Amino acid sequence: MPKLIKHFSHLVLPVSVMTLLIIINLIKGADYFRITMVNGAFYGNIPNILFGASELVILSIGMTLVTAASRGQDISIGVSATITSAVFVQYVLQAGEVTLLTIVVGFLLSCVIGLLLGAFNGTLVSVFKVQPMVASLILFTGGRSIAFMIDGKLSPILANDISNQIGTVIPGVPIQTPIILTVVFIALVAVLFKTTNLRLYVETVGINPNAARLNGINPKKIIFLTFLIMGICTAVAGFIAVNKAGRHDSVNLLKLIMMDAILAVAIGGNSLIGGKFSITGAIIGAYTIEMLNRTLLRLEIEPATIKVFKAVFIIILMVLSSPVVRVFMKKALDRFRSWRLSISQPKENALSTTNIAEKKEE
Amino acid sequence: MASVNVFKPKARLSNSNILFLIAAVIFVVMYLFAIISFPNSFMQFQTFFDLFNLNAPLIIMTLGLCIVMIGGGIDISIGAVCGLVTMACAVFLESKMGSIGGAVLVALGIGVAFGILQGYLIAYLEIQPFIITLSGLFLAQGLLTTLHKDPINVTMPAFVGLRDFDIVIAWLGTRNRLGVFIPSEIKLGTVIVVVLLVILASLMKWSRFGRNVYAVGGNSHSAMMLGINVKRTIFITYVLSGLTAGIAGFVYIMTTGAGNVGNAAGAEMKAIASAIIGGTLLNGGVGNLLGAPIGTLTLLVINELIRAAGVQSNFQAMVSGLLLYFFIVLQSVIMSLRDRRRFGIALPPWLRLSGKEQTVGQGES
Amino acid sequence: MLSETILEMKDISKSFPGVKALDSVDFKLRKGEIHALMGENGAGKSTLIKVITGVYGKDAGLITLQGESIHFKAPEEAQNKGIGTVYQEIMLCPNLTVAENMFIGRSHSLVVNWKQMNEKAAQLLDSLGIPASPVQELTSCSLAVQQMIAIARAVDMDCKILILDEPTSSLDEDEVHKLFKLMRELKARGVGIIFITHFLEQVFEISDRITVLRNGKLVGEYETTSLSQIELISKMLGNVLEDITKIQKHEPIVSDTSIPVFEGIGLSSAAGVRPFNFVIQRGEVNGFAGLLGSGRSESARAIFAADKVTGGEVRMKGKSVKIKTPLHAIKQGIGYLPEDRKGDGIIDDLSVRDNIILTLQVMKGFFKPFSLKQAETFAEEYIKKLNIKTPTPDTPIKSLSGGNQQKVILARWLLTNPEFLILDEPTRGIDVGTKVEIQKLVIKLANNGMSLTFISSEIDEMIRTCSRLIVMKDREIVGELKGTELTETEVMNVIAQGGKNPCLN
Repeated sequence: MPKLIKHFSHLVLPVSVMTLLIIINLIKGADYFRITMVNGAFYGNIPNILFGASELVILSIGMTLVTAASRGQDISIGVSATITSAVFVQYVLQAGEVTLLTIVVGFLLSCVIGLLLGAFNGTLVSVFKVQPMVASLILFTGGRSIAFMIDGKLSPILANDISNQIGTVIPGVPIQTPIILTVVFIALVAVLFKTTNLRLYVETVGINPNAARLNGINPKKIIFLTFLIMGICTAVAGFIAVNKAGRHDSVNLLKLIMMDAILAVAIGGNSLIGGKFSITGAIIGAYTIEMLNRTLLRLEIEPATIKVFKAVFIIILMVLSSPVVRVFMKKALDRFRSWRLSISQPKENALSTTNIAEKKEE
Repeated sequence: MASVNVFKPKARLSNSNILFLIAAVIFVVMYLFAIISFPNSFMQFQTFFDLFNLNAPLIIMTLGLCIVMIGGGIDISIGAVCGLVTMACAVFLESKMGSIGGAVLVALGIGVAFGILQGYLIAYLEIQPFIITLSGLFLAQGLLTTLHKDPINVTMPAFVGLRDFDIVIAWLGTRNRLGVFIPSEIKLGTVIVVVLLVILASLMKWSRFGRNVYAVGGNSHSAMMLGINVKRTIFITYVLSGLTAGIAGFVYIMTTGAGNVGNAAGAEMKAIASAIIGGTLLNGGVGNLLGAPIGTLTLLVINELIRAAGVQSNFQAMVSGLLLYFFIVLQSVIMSLRDRRRFGIALPPWLRLSGKEQTVGQGES
Repeated sequence: MLSETILEMKDISKSFPGVKALDSVDFKLRKGEIHALMGENGAGKSTLIKVITGVYGKDAGLITLQGESIHFKAPEEAQNKGIGTVYQEIMLCPNLTVAENMFIGRSHSLVVNWKQMNEKAAQLLDSLGIPASPVQELTSCSLAVQQMIAIARAVDMDCKILILDEPTSSLDEDEVHKLFKLMRELKARGVGIIFITHFLEQVFEISDRITVLRNGKLVGEYETTSLSQIELISKMLGNVLEDITKIQKHEPIVSDTSIPVFEGIGLSSAAGVRPFNFVIQRGEVNGFAGLLGSGRSESARAIFAADKVTGGEVRMKGKSVKIKTPLHAIKQGIGYLPEDRKGDGIIDDLSVRDNIILTLQVMKGFFKPFSLKQAETFAEEYIKKLNIKTPTPDTPIKSLSGGNQQKVILARWLLTNPEFLILDEPTRGIDVGTKVEIQKLVIKLANNGMSLTFISSEIDEMIRTCSRLIVMKDREIVGELKGTELTETEVMNVIAQGGKNPCLN
């Protein structure tokens, strides 16, 4: 059992945050977990969180991998998703009658675009050794106008039944489609990790690229690969987002989602300077962020002030998990223990223990 | 490894300087191109001054950001802090006790407060700068909308006077089509830019603090071993960045005269792009503050060129992206050429820098 | 000799998670003496230094500097009190100029006077004969020059105490002599010098007193003249001494007709070694000898394609093969244990297990991961075989001592069962006990038919293990020694006579 705890020690932070949020919500109203059936599908706080966080979860997975391998963050993910979904929308709109095949082909097409965008960033990072954030700044700067050009006008509307069902629910299925898609995606990622050495390679490259090379791993290829995976993630996220929205808003679609994705990675207990990583942590982190957003809404905090609370919450979280504070708390705990010890022991002993404690402090 | 016994009296150009020189040369070439292509707008001195007049806040923010980046950090809260300052100043100026001096204090106070908060968390609690300044961004945006949601036009007479105040350079100007001489005008913001540029660039070059920032950005562990107070140095860089964001906010409202929720939104990314074009590396330790205005102006001139060419405005963003691409790849190639010895990249002989070129320049002295 | 004590440390203890690095250690430094601090790796030398300079806080004990009790919280405070330190790893900023590196963090004026600083730096560089210009960026200097600059910085500080933590590991003989001359001058001026090194000859040449630590505990303080080399080693080790002399060299049975395991013709790499030929037979142990910077590591790296290959032909057992990347080399059955353990060897956050299976896993392929059970089996097998001291296979490798880390890297390569293994300075910076173990292992592997190339800066180690030495100088092979020619003096002779230029690098 202790081994199990140790194995999941990196999840302590995200899980405790989530627990805290749940407690707050339960205090606010005991009906937090209530799920209702509307038109044959589940609704309620939890389904809403799962529904709302779909894109963020998918992008956080890609962000975790990119962060781990290249020791930096891709800030173009929202923009990339906007471009891939623009291609998807154009393909669907030009295909007169919309069948499931159209959607699937359109989605695959957008995946190809996602791969291309990932390859663009990946080349800059792996071949030209540009910092990921700087490399992705290029697409971040120019990408939305590319998406606008693909659209040809402001906000083309995606009005067909299949899109609508992908964005909401398929009749007869009680769970909202984006949730299902996300679960499927997570499952695919899990299979990827089970059947390949992706984790070992990415961590090795992220920790020590020189050693990786000397042991036969090509760091450039691995970094490039993580950006390709990120490309797929953006395509899937864009696909879900645009079907949810029902129209393609090239200016605001998934705007600033990279901030939340990076945050999810950090809350999940991952270092932003690469190395060992936890996808599970990032996924929980992503859901936590969505839960936080919805909790603030549920507490009826004025929309204008929500960001202030969010900022304060993140700062407190980061302070608590900062290395300096952790060391400090550990020391405080030790002193508390020796203090307790001194109470339970005879007096002479007590004196000497406190002396030691004082010595340590100075 | 170079052989030790060959004594080179002249030092080669440092990375900071070579990147700055490239940026400066490209800017000059581009401006000359602009003059040749569109003589009737770019030949006017006023066009050049307007680049400063209208974009002073961005340049000021970039200056502060460059210092943080040289120290090895990043500050993405600057745009939001700048926006918050404009709104706070507007609200303050429109209130009964509003005064210009007070507004300046409000601006500086907000900026420094953000700088101290973020600097403390990053330097002393060792939290990742990206996350902290991201929270700073959220905090500033949240405070901005909490403070006031609708645009405020500042009508206070003294302030309007300040807003419309121009320094007229009588001897420099152009004749319009009617042959009437129009002297060039400089806004106060431009003056502030120049003053700050001189102060901060000198600070980085000639002060102990400035050199410590370079040392910390180059290798923070070594810097600590060399006896530099690394934490304090990092802390101060963020305070300076907050301060410049505050000043930028005041200059912003001095230029537009209104507080608005959208003020300076997204400016952090523009500032990062400007800093990179100006030759400051995100890794830290390399950069030249004089590159900050050069980087900003390069981005702006490109946009002006596109506008002058009458192309759809949507292309501006794309061209900015392309320009950034060009600079980033160029910098990367140059850096790897210079470091080829360390990374072991073999170059064909015709690409190798000869010994002569390596010893160009007199170094930093 | 009667001289006053400047630094006294009493009952110093310092613990890290799981390790007691220092256990009530006493240390005394007198004015105008050179005091060698000796011990195996992990004995606590570096920790003791870092406690003095304030990089670490102490858990218990008392430090007095000239009678005044001190407790530094940061290196800058120690520096201000006149304690100058030169570390083994170069602690300078690569992006600053040489002059800045010499003066930064020391001045109290708020303004930097570039002109004055450069002039002072130029004088200092001149007086110490360091071939560098004050205005050049530090990155453009060679490692040895950078180390000399670090020493110049410490010397110029007018310090009462100078701490030199393995400063000689990247210096050649000439530079070491310059350094020693300097140390003697400082000693005459009354500076107390703490000197740490792995080179025993240097200790006996320069030091007045020796303090020996073992496993974080004080063994004793001795006058250098009262101690012989053997005695010193036995004090450092406890009692594994006779093991060294027991090493029996393995002489391979080589006939001229047998096909070599590896044969390289005209090999060259981007790291700048002149095209060279290299042959190794089955079961042979050979080595590259030469001073630092002679190209011995570069040659080894060229064989393994660790640097970009720029030319040459390779034959494995007579068959022509292509080796352009490390992966090609690994697949051909070549292993390479890199010189820079920290930078090129260990994956510091990963577990011992992952570090051991890494290369075998890469050989097996991206799509064929080992099961956890398989990996555990491999790891446990080699932890046992090589006697690696780790709490569990799951422990991150970074929390192991240097010698054990090196054994993990060795295990990593042995697991791939290579035909030809290159060991580039496997004994550098690790304790003597492990050094002996590794040398024995080399012989054992060769007896089992593995071909090995062994490189070490300590020539006696190579003479003990290798049956053939390839001598290098100025990035060129200048000679080859075998059989009875294999003596330290002969190696020195070849180095001294070979090549055209006087060797400075």
